[in-house]
Amino acid sequence: MGVHQIRLTINGKTFVEEAEPRMLLSDFIRENCGLTGTHVGCEHGVCGACTVIVNGSAVRSCLMFAVQADGEEIQTVEGLSQNGELTPLQQNFKECHGLQCGFCTPGILMSTSDYLAKNPEPSKKEIKEMLSGHLCRCTGYDGILKAIQKTVEDNKETILIEGS
Amino acid sequence: MKPAKFDYYCPKTLDEALSLLEESGFDGKIIAGGQSLVPIMNMRLSGPECLIDINRLHDLDFIEFDEEKVKIGTLTRQSRVEMSSLIKENCGLLSEAVPFIGHVQTRNRGTFGGSLVHADPSAEIPLSLMASGGSVLIASKEETREVDVEDFFVTYLTTDIMPTELLTEVQIPIWSGRVGYDFTEISRRHGDFALVAAACQLTLDDQNKISRVRLTLGGVESVPLLVEEANQMMMGEKLSEALLNKVADIVREAVDPESDLHASADYRTHLAAVLAKRTIQTAYNRAGR
Ligand code: FES
Ligand code: FES
Repeated sequence: MGVHQIRLTINGKTFVEEAEPRMLLSDFIRENCGLTGTHVGCEHGVCGACTVIVNGSAVRSCLMFAVQADGEEIQTVEGLSQNGELTPLQQNFKECHGLQCGFCTPGILMSTSDYLAKNPEPSKKEIKEMLSGHLCRCTGYDGILKAIQKTVEDNKETILIEGS
Repeated sequence: MKPAKFDYYCPKTLDEALSLLEESGFDGKIIAGGQSLVPIMNMRLSGPECLIDINRLHDLDFIEFDEEKVKIGTLTRQSRVEMSSLIKENCGLLSEAVPFIGHVQTRNRGTFGGSLVHADPSAEIPLSLMASGGSVLIASKEETREVDVEDFFVTYLTTDIMPTELLTEVQIPIWSGRVGYDFTEISRRHGDFALVAAACQLTLDDQNKISRVRLTLGGVESVPLLVEEANQMMMGEKLSEALLNKVADIVREAVDPESDLHASADYRTHLAAVLAKRTIQTAYNRAGR
């Protein structure tokens, strides 16, 4: 059946590209769309480096074929910061040493952004469970956990201030 | 780590999907969440000629209730089942089992029916369905048939489904009375395949005697194991240390696990007995509350 035409939006921008059915979404994002912030580690769903948000859910882009994302809306790490401003989560990763080499970071940022949008006040245990879908070979996870916890705390304060 | 070539079809209706299945016969393979299929395709352990993607069959994504049972569409994402408060109230066992599957990110994509059809003997959804009992609906171009969960799993990664058939719906009875349940498993790391998993659902009569019970074990046989001998033995009994020890004896006899890199057969047998006791105890305590 040869090549398929795939039309999707990534971070609000529409891409129309051709690909074979066997092309993984992760490769499509990186190679056809030129967005190399999404990293590829294991290509079998274990490491989480390739995590992106598809239609509002964080999923592994190495476990989807690009054709399956035809018509869908995708967010990648490039879409987080606006006008050069880091999101509070990204800022906290920077401040709390949530990254060293940065290979795992895009995936973790996407998972966490999606997760916090749905569960604004997770416990430490819940954060750890969410993080269990990601491998980081540098940080020992401590900085990552702190960065996420700090983001949760900061959000609570903002809500309090807004409410008072 | 790239899959081999395949043809891709994306039907918009169930009818279209079933026709495609019939045309492609043994060459066709259904893809739903793909959380088990795509890894093995990437590793070239599987190379289907043709993939039939059912992700656009939105009619198969539902959770419905009537007085007696819960119906779950095959395409319902595992995370939706996990979050459903109606599932929690009516089949709490499932709500407890689903978080053990993989990770948040794979449950967001992985489907309820997909896990059943994949039929990994250590998987959580097959095991909890076996513990609650129930049936699945399987459609083909000719007919839709209902198969009891006891007859559904044939052997390792193999079910009663024929190549031209598609699982469409799962029906789970809502147990009434004083119900207790528990799901537990041991794995090397959270999200890994369970070395052994155990689930139990039971009811008590007004004298705290067991009036119905289904103990099941995963990872110890080629299919999720309903431990019938133990279940019969527990009927009409109150829970005691002696009873639990008898169950453990039966379990050690009944299981036939394999050794692999992660655990020896002996250790799995030991775990099966320990987890069986633990899960019955918890289910019993909960029913008695
Ligand atoms: S590259 Fe997708 S999970 Fe590792
Ligand atoms: S920062 Fe290097 S892998 Fe996580």
